[in-house]
This record gives sequence, structure tokens and C-alpha cells, in this order.
Amino acid sequence: MIHPIPPGTRDVLPEEMRELRRLHGNLIETFERFGYGEVATPAIEYDEVLGRGDGRTAASAYRFFDESGELLALRSDMTVPIARLVASRYAKAEMPLRLCYLASAFRAVRPQRGQMREFTQAGVELIGAPAPAGTAEVVKVLEATLDAAGLDRAVIGLGDADLYRQLLAELGVEGAARDSLLERLAMHDLVGLEAELSEVAGISDEQCATCVALTQLRGGSEVLGQARELGGPAVERATARIQETFEALQEHGVADRVQIDLGLLSDLGYYSGAILEVYDPALGHVLGGGGRYDELLKRFGVDQPAAGFALYLERVHVAQMEEESRRQEEAS
Amino acid sequence: MSTEVAGLGRAKPEGPLKLAVPRGALFGETLDVLDGAGIDTTELRGDSRSLIFEGSEITLVTMRPSDVPTYVEAGAADIGITGKDVLLEQADRRVYELLDLGFGRCRMVLAGRVGDERLGESERRLGVMRIATKYPRIAERYFEETGRQTELIEVKGSIELAPLVGLADGIVDLVATGRTLRENNLEVREEIVVCTARFVANRVAHKLRSVEIDELTAKLRQAVTS
Repeated sequence: MIHPIPPGTRDVLPEEMRELRRLHGNLIETFERFGYGEVATPAIEYDEVLGRGDGRTAASAYRFFDESGELLALRSDMTVPIARLVASRYAKAEMPLRLCYLASAFRAVRPQRGQMREFTQAGVELIGAPAPAGTAEVVKVLEATLDAAGLDRAVIGLGDADLYRQLLAELGVEGAARDSLLERLAMHDLVGLEAELSEVAGISDEQCATCVALTQLRGGSEVLGQARELGGPAVERATARIQETFEALQEHGVADRVQIDLGLLSDLGYYSGAILEVYDPALGHVLGGGGRYDELLKRFGVDQPAAGFALYLERVHVAQMEEESRRQEEAS
Repeated sequence: MSTEVAGLGRAKPEGPLKLAVPRGALFGETLDVLDGAGIDTTELRGDSRSLIFEGSEITLVTMRPSDVPTYVEAGAADIGITGKDVLLEQADRRVYELLDLGFGRCRMVLAGRVGDERLGESERRLGVMRIATKYPRIAERYFEETGRQTELIEVKGSIELAPLVGLADGIVDLVATGRTLRENNLEVREEIVVCTARFVANRVAHKLRSVEIDELTAKLRQAVTS
């Protein structure tokens, strides 16, 4: 007999569960070691609360009415629920606050793409610690977490969420044209970006080439110099922010695994300033990401800077298995 | 060169760069451009039935053009070449589009029977046009953007047949020279978009193999502009 479950969900059997538990334990232990206390929040929240995160991309894919007609939603990440929790439970607490979680979240999927509707995220949120020191602490915890998962070759991309918004403002691009260009950038469609930019009135070929060239700058601290050569106040401000963060990382001794990346753009609208992405050479998919969300808590009435990261647990598990078999191959 | 790739488990951005080469209409010009970029394509030009051609710096993997985004998104190929029509139809595949290679130029069009007013008449009197296509997402988006209602009929084979036997009022299809349309008594009514071959990359490979990919992008750019 086949008793189906919805696409994008799955059962976990004991052998996998044992491995997952081990991984969970290692991650939470690492978070705790850095002083991050684990919290849990309900999987279901009021839709209006989750909608404060970012209407367009982070809005819940699954909404329903309860028996009294309230609109409820399944969370699509943990950052917005934790912002809500901080505002209601820790509004007057001494800052910074260090919280961590390991929880399931829910997103819409396309059928037959191997995407998960329900997936597990592990991450931290550091509330009340501004850039650059706060960002550096988050990256430090992220590195230790990747080590704890056995992903010692993983790379952390560091970019700036405000770069292109500010650059386009500087070029005088507004409204629908700007939104469309940001969409091209988020998709990393360089051909479309160049074509659309060249159609915007008042943008020279040189400015167009600068914008496209910026997206391809990734590497060590040398790319900051290359970016500055391309010029402009927006680039100058963004590179200054990245440099500040990078120098703080160097002070913490955690800059080696960080790749500066001026082409990074977050899918989530609540990020500002530093944004992070995590890759491992053993996997073709992004393992996780994060960054600063200094404006998000204001939407819940608390004015505190904040930063954090989240890893996709299932992908980390796949990468862990691949790295283990690689190490065994190398040893034999 | 051998057909086996050592230690190939799950897709990963390691070892020689894996480049997805489209078989079919784009195949010949893709090989010419790769030659121009200094990549040896001699073995692919032979009559080998192999799918994988391993080199020291780059491994060429051949496949249907419409499979290229699937392989590149998963990282089973680090980079690839395919048509913009394929990328538009599979717009939800997260691949980086790095370069317009310029060749393989063709037009996505709405076509109907010569001298036949079925398209207009159906729209006016029935409120919907029946459109047969292999590109349902491109067609859906186009008609939405132009504010018209359609009944899309997805077919796999010779699309020109559909309006001739009355399955559809018109077709949305890719046209290179227009010869097939003419031979079947069809004509272009509207042009939707012009498509050319594009160079694409996996998100993670683009970050972790940046030097190699940037170098190859520059060589390809040179090869298609010279």
C-alpha cells in the first residue's frame, strides 16, 4: 500500500536520524560554546507578524485560517520569529543578546526539482552588536560551526547588501527600472543587466561596464582595491564597509576562509550592510547564508542592530558525507 | 582522454572544470567558439558515441540543450552553453548567465496560417486563443504581459502540425530561417524575443573557481567578438 506524503517532505529513518542527531549536537554545542542560548518558537505564527520581514520574498507560502478566523502562516525562516521574540521578551534586556536555533522552516517548491518544502535550519542571531565587531563575531561562530560539521574546506562569501541599491541611486535609476535591474542582479543575469542598463537614459557605456565588472569582483582583499578603481561614492562606501568588516575578521584571525564578493546579493529584503553566503567544494548548492539586518528589529519596535547566519542542515549533511568519503579516499 | 571521470560521486565543483556542451543545432558553432578559446574539441568532432570527453584542464560533457540548466544548477557541470530560449523557459533554474555568445540566433514568434484570421477571430469571439507550443512558460508570460487570454496546448513534436489540423489557432515557436513555417503555409504574426547562445555557470563554481571561470569567460568573449 502506498500512503503518499506531500512533495518536498520526507520521513527520516534511524540510520540517518543518528547521523543528524550527531550533527545537531555538534552544532548546538558550538553555538553554546560561544555563549549562544538555544530558543524555540512556534512553527505557526500570525501572518501579519511574519509579513513584517519582507513581503515579497520571505512571506510564507502556507497560510490558513484558524477556528476564529485569524490568518496564520508557517514560518519561512527563523530570523523574523526571533526578531518578534526579542521585541516581546527581551525589549529591556541587556545587549548584546546571543540566541541560536535548530528548527524546521517551510517554503514553496516547484514539483520534481528535489527542493524541500520542509527543511531544517541551524543558525545564530546576535542582537545589539553593531558592525563591524558584531559581524566579525558572527563570522567567527560560522567558521567554528563549519569546522564542527567537518567542512574545513568551506568558504564564506562576504558582500554588501546596500551596494547596488546605492549605486543605482547614484546613477539616478529609480522605480520600475531599478527594481528590474536589482532582479537581474539577484539572478546574476549579466547579459540582461548590461542590456537593461544600456537602455536607461543618462547612463554612459562606461558606467554600464563598471556596474557589470563590479559583480565579477570576488577574491581576497585585493578586490577592494580593484573595486575602488572602478570609482564612485557608492562603491567607495560599500568597499569601506566591507574593508572594516574584513579588518575586524583579521583581528579575530578568521579572515582566511572569507572570500570578498562584490557580486553577492541577498534574496531576502531585510538585509542591510554585510551579507554572507557559504559554499563547500563538495556541493554544487549554497549551504547557507546570513548577514546584518540592522533595520529589521525596528519593525517590531526595538531599535537594535543585529546579524546572524543560517545553514541548511540537510545540505550540510550531504556535504559532510562527501567530505568524509573524500578524506577516506585520500587516506587510502 | 577516457570516458570515465575519476571519483565522480555527487556533483561537485572540483577537478577539471566540467563544461556542458549542447548537442543539436548549437553543437557546431559551440565547438568553433571553444576552439577559438583554445579548448581542444577534436574528439567531439569525431564519430564517437561517448558523452564525456576528459581533458587536463576542462572536461566536456555533451547533452541536450534543454538539459544544460539542470546539470549546471546542480553543479554536475560547472559551466555550460545553451540557448536563451532554454534559459527563459526554465527561468526558475538558478544559474549565472555570464556572456552572450551571439551565435545560434533565432526568434521566438507567434505564428498562424497564411491568410487565416483564426487567431483574431478566436480572441474576439471566444475570448481565448488556442496556442500550441513547446515553450509553455515563455508563451504564458508573453500573453499575460500583452493582456490576452490563451489556452496553451503543450506538444512535443512538430509544432507546425497543430494549426494545420485544427488543434490550435496558432503556435509559439522558435524560428531560425523561417523555412519550416513557409513550407507549412504558416507566417510570423508577432516576434516575442530574439534568442542567442549563452555562457552560464553554477553559482558555487562561479565563487570557488573564480579565476578559471573568469579566464575562460574572457577567452570566450574574445573568441566571439574577433
